[in-house]
Amino acid sequence: MSRNKSLKDFEEQIRKCVHCGACQAHCPAYLAEKREGSVARGKIALAAALLDGRDNLEKRLQQDISMCLMCGSCVTKCPNQVPTDEIVGAIRREITDEKGLSLVGRSVSAFIGNRPLLKAAVKSTAALSSLALKKVPESSGLRLRFPAPIMKNRTLPEIPAKNLYDLFPEFIQGNGEKPLIGFFAGCSIGFLYPQIGAAMIRILRKMGYSVFLPRGQQCCGIPALSAGNGRLVERLADKNRDCFAGQDLAHIITCCASCNGGIKEYYSTMEGNFTEFTGKVIDFTVFLKKEGLIEKLAGMEKWPNRKRVTYHDPCHMKKQGIIREPREILRALPNVEFVEMEGASECCGLGGTFSVYHYETSKKIGSRKIPGLMQSGAELLATGCPGCIMQLQDVINHSAVGVRAVHLLDLINEVSGW
Amino acid sequence: MIDKTVLKRLTEIVGKENVFDQKSDRITHSYDATGRSYLPDVVVYAGSAAEVSEVMKVANRYLIPVLPRGAGSGFTGGTLPVQGGIVLVLTRMDRILAIDTENLVAVVEPGVVTAELQRQVEKQGLFYPPDPASKEFCTMGGNVAECAGGPRCVKYGVTKDYIMGLEVVTPTGEIIRTGGKTLKNVVGYDLTKLFVGSEGTLGIVTRIVVKLLPKPEAKKTMLVQFSTIDGAARGVSEIIRAKIIPTTLEFLDASTIDCIRDISPVPLPEECRAILLIEVDGDREIIEKQAVRIMEVLQPLSVLDTRIAENAEESEEIWQVRRSVSSSMRKINPDKFNEDIVVPRSRVPDMIRALENLSREYGVPIVNFGHAGDGNIHVNVMVDLREEGMEEKVHNVMEDIFRTAVELEGSISGEHGIGISKMDYMGMEVSEITMRYMEKIKESFDPNNILNPGKIFQKPIAAEGAL
Ligand SMILES: Cc1cc2nc3c(=O)[nH]c(=O)nc-3n(C[C@H](O)[C@H](O)[C@H](O)COP(=O)(O)OP(=O)(O)OC[C@H]3O[C@@H](n4cnc5c(N)ncnc54)[C@H](O)[C@@H]3O)c2cc1C
Ligand code: SF4
Ligand code: SF4
Ligand code: SF4
Repeated sequence: MSRNKSLKDFEEQIRKCVHCGACQAHCPAYLAEKREGSVARGKIALAAALLDGRDNLEKRLQQDISMCLMCGSCVTKCPNQVPTDEIVGAIRREITDEKGLSLVGRSVSAFIGNRPLLKAAVKSTAALSSLALKKVPESSGLRLRFPAPIMKNRTLPEIPAKNLYDLFPEFIQGNGEKPLIGFFAGCSIGFLYPQIGAAMIRILRKMGYSVFLPRGQQCCGIPALSAGNGRLVERLADKNRDCFAGQDLAHIITCCASCNGGIKEYYSTMEGNFTEFTGKVIDFTVFLKKEGLIEKLAGMEKWPNRKRVTYHDPCHMKKQGIIREPREILRALPNVEFVEMEGASECCGLGGTFSVYHYETSKKIGSRKIPGLMQSGAELLATGCPGCIMQLQDVINHSAVGVRAVHLLDLINEVSGW
Repeated sequence: MIDKTVLKRLTEIVGKENVFDQKSDRITHSYDATGRSYLPDVVVYAGSAAEVSEVMKVANRYLIPVLPRGAGSGFTGGTLPVQGGIVLVLTRMDRILAIDTENLVAVVEPGVVTAELQRQVEKQGLFYPPDPASKEFCTMGGNVAECAGGPRCVKYGVTKDYIMGLEVVTPTGEIIRTGGKTLKNVVGYDLTKLFVGSEGTLGIVTRIVVKLLPKPEAKKTMLVQFSTIDGAARGVSEIIRAKIIPTTLEFLDASTIDCIRDISPVPLPEECRAILLIEVDGDREIIEKQAVRIMEVLQPLSVLDTRIAENAEESEEIWQVRRSVSSSMRKINPDKFNEDIVVPRSRVPDMIRALENLSREYGVPIVNFGHAGDGNIHVNVMVDLREEGMEEKVHNVMEDIFRTAVELEGSISGEHGIGISKMDYMGMEVSEITMRYMEKIKESFDPNNILNPGKIFQKPIAAEGAL
């Protein structure tokens, strides 16, 4: 028995869609494609038809269902809060269960546990050296995110030789008496951007906390969820919960919006004992605000040469209402001159594994951010999700603007003396 | 099923990537906001007037119904393929072709979303007033076809007041142009006006010339609570008598207020039986004076509380009260029948009273709110269709509501149109002979009756059932 929800479990919510069409205004996939099959309402109609047995899992249905970033923008704006993102996840799992590897999952899932294919992939791209990818665990979402041969011209970050787990031990003693904080780094921070994780650890220690970075932690499961691989999600969720259990942790901190969303939004809908774990998980901006860092930063003297920085709302922070905290941090930072940009809350286009099998559409979605970014005159685009950073940098590199995408922690890390 | 030859021709016209004929495609283009659904045979996304014209020629040759479609947010089934055929979607044609700041006009393609046009012209200090509640997603083509209105129409009028010229593909596939960029034009019949509000039955709009206004300097939002509906209704008349035309004059009746009391950002006590939401716009000094004057004329009426927004945030809070209505209504009952009758402004209290009586008589909740300033009332009959005999009951209530509206010299639809939803009732308002003249116009444009057949006049034939 699957512990994920099935399509049938959503029946009542599916019937709540009144076909008003309001989701068209907020769905990034629709705004890029302008096709009814891409919008939440279309997917809900297909879900209803599947339940009624009026439709089957034909190719086009799979294509339409693949046109979803699971960003949840439609859900917050829907007058009836129809959870299209979760429903899409359920259909994708159904597709995987019935058809084996779906159109959605095929291109990406083929890379999990398929060494020859993976090797071929790695060979064909300059950005990923096979040596580096070897260091990334088999079940990592990164493997789902980088089946490189189908993504020509994609800017990928160089995979660093040392990952976060090479750099730090499992227990990191703090400078004070404060309790132990768990750190869920996830794969992007763990393997691609360990310097962001290092900044996180440094800041926590500076506050006096000790940090627990369990070796057993796995990918959060969002890419697998997005690929419809329900079983893999279950396995990962269990391992993640278990590796943090048995420690007396005040919080489990994340600095990747996708990981935070995957755990807080998704694990809680799954069967299995997740409440204690998910209850502890906290986004770093919320944590830093709670700890009074914002006041401390605001009290510091502003630097003479501040960088002009704007902000991108990661979908998974937006969905949980974490909109103010990051901006308050940016306004408080002495090294930053914060400017708001038009379209800050529009999706970057990455969407789990979306950008892998719909790279062109993904770029189109991301490019909607460029005019606002240019107008803002910012030199840095800060955000709270490494996935977004990777995607935004790619979109920026394909345009004529010379902006760099950075993590909020990079900016906080520059400031000492608080 | 669509014929292979036809499918091939369509593919040649718009390209393979714009023709969709799988079951899933047909399902995702089978509905609009009406909540009913009929499967088309094929879906075509057109990219230009020339393509639309070619599609119409094919359709005429093979006698296949064609259904123009914008965002599919219509409330009366205008895009529903009740007799199957080709759903012709225009959302790809979404360019703003020109914003002419000298002549105060804009030229747009039909797929442009209304709010997007508004945002773009506002960047240049201009203003496109029609503001249907669906403006963030409905298209200009759909607005033209339904002559959409909105809260601002008290002062600024509806879509037809802003359409200066059109490019239209006729049902037989010719491309014609009507009107133009000039404010005056008396050459021949005013075909522009004929197409506006024709519900996609006379032609497919492929280009629209709209009139723009200078953007008003500022606006001011007010929320006034009354202890009686009469007080609110008299308030509307008093404001107009004071020679102030507000941009917006919305009212909520007691049944609506009951629905939103728990979630309203503004406290609404039990005694509050009616609300007026008033907005004025224009020069800053003038609207300050108007706001004061409005409060003066309302004071002697049964006013419980007044609130004037001092900034954008407070104004947003007031609007939030109005916006919370739609989603909260379903709390009463699962099925909503929403009609948009309109009566002369002075008859609004009579209509509301009649609705209260009907609600009591039939034992069904009726929730009313809407545009008091222009007499357009959104009547929502809230029922549970699973109850025995409910369907018939709803039909009877509706008929009584429409009859009352017509008796009060009003109309059975203020902005949503006839489509398939109100066909049965059209005879209450439009005489047989008038209807025949309308039919003659339709016949002369569309001899084969292939453009949106089964709407306004005829009964639908095939039915796929409700969603
Ligand atoms: C939540 C909500 C709120 C609404 N609020 C309002 C409101 O305040 N005021 C109001 O007036 N309406 C309102 N509506 C109704 C609806 O949004 C309007 O009727 C709108 O004009 C429809 O535009 P559309 O692009 O969705 O058209 P569709 O629903 O796609 O089509 C509507 C009709 O127009 C025809 N059509 C579409 N495009 C063309 C074209 N290019 N050429 C010829 N015919 C065409 C179609 O055949 C159909 O008959 C609301 C709807 C919803 C769901
Ligand atoms: S906004 Fe919600 S109710 Fe409306 S069409 Fe989209 S999913 Fe359905
Ligand atoms: S989750 Fe995002 S991409 Fe998917 S339907 Fe909703 S808004 Fe569109
Ligand atoms: S990558 Fe970031 S912006 Fe894009 S869908 Fe994920 S969280 Fe949202």
